[in-house]
Amino acid sequence: MTLEILKPGLATTVQDLGRPGYFHLGIPEGGAMDRLAMRAANLLVGNDEGAAGLEAVFMGPEIKFGAEMSVAVTGAEMPMTLDGEPRTAWTAFTVKPGQVLSFGFLKEGARIYIAVSGGIDTKPALGSRSTYAIGALGGVEGRAVMAGDVLPVGQAMIVPEGRCVPAQLRRPLEYPVKLRVLPGLYWHRLTEKSQTAFFEDDWVVAPEADRMGYRFRGGQPMEFVDRPQPFGAGSDPSNIVDGCYSYGSIQVPGGLEPIVLHRDAVSGGGYFTLGTVISADMDLIGQLQPNTQIKFVEVTMAEALDARAHRKEMLHEIRRVLS
Amino acid sequence: MTDILSPLPGTFYQRPAPEEPPYQTKGAKVAVGDTIGLVEVMKTFIPVTAETEGVFEGYEAEDASPVTAGAVLAKLG
Repeated sequence: MTLEILKPGLATTVQDLGRPGYFHLGIPEGGAMDRLAMRAANLLVGNDEGAAGLEAVFMGPEIKFGAEMSVAVTGAEMPMTLDGEPRTAWTAFTVKPGQVLSFGFLKEGARIYIAVSGGIDTKPALGSRSTYAIGALGGVEGRAVMAGDVLPVGQAMIVPEGRCVPAQLRRPLEYPVKLRVLPGLYWHRLTEKSQTAFFEDDWVVAPEADRMGYRFRGGQPMEFVDRPQPFGAGSDPSNIVDGCYSYGSIQVPGGLEPIVLHRDAVSGGGYFTLGTVISADMDLIGQLQPNTQIKFVEVTMAEALDARAHRKEMLHEIRRVLS
Repeated sequence: MTDILSPLPGTFYQRPAPEEPPYQTKGAKVAVGDTIGLVEVMKTFIPVTAETEGVFEGYEAEDASPVTAGAVLAKLG
């Protein structure tokens, strides 16, 4: 079974839940930017949550199906049609050979997830089908899909049409979007004034934001506590002796624009990281359009763990509804 | 009148480079496929092209301004 890409969209890639275990070697986890949406799309069509689907950012692809299969689209709000007939998001539907799925203008959010029953069956690389374009790893020849690509699809049963994730389990965006942050290892490098300003300032998503990192601008430049720079750290006060970065950590090169490291980020370097966006809010970042207003909100470790537990409950509820 | 819409969110530019003139001027004849401007997102500049022919009526979106998907960038007469 196959599907054919007629139009690729902007940067549509094959993604699953990623390849953990290689970050210490510089290979990021990768995988869907909005993991809940990816899992939900897979569950809707009867797949394992870790099956591969397509992640499309800002613009939908146009896809021609080569066989009968179940399809579900989750994540951002982007109207879609099958052979010109509207289809509903977060809901399974069946496609017939030769039918074409197309998308209209993005209305809300940033990334859609397209799952097909059986999953996209490209060759795994280091245990995952996720595309890591900078490392030319996974997906279709390690790159975003192009017009004319024919992607293999696994064999699977068709699921009943109309299976759906209820609206209250889709986590809509509320503006300004609040991203919860746990201050981290290098928080002490900022002056008290800058620590306060970071959480009080209004930030907007910069247009360069991508799968490696989400950049924000609009807040005040940061001031650092004076210190003699340690050996090997470089002269800028935002530099440190090279250290490890974590998924979600916030670096601020030159103290100017915070960058939240996301699924395809580098694993280490010489910028100080003031803290980390909590895991429960990383999916939200994957749904931010350029110029969206956000606030960073300080939380404690206990609050971060509560939020994580809450996200897990939401996923359990989705699994229960679709089981 | 035909609206030319932004295919995706980002920053709209009327000109190929800051020191260059805009792609189109009022009254110019526009053919299918002619570039109207650029939308920058994720470190990529995406050309916005005319899907119908017509006479250029003017830009609706300012140079270097943020736009959403579906926003009207320019009008063709």
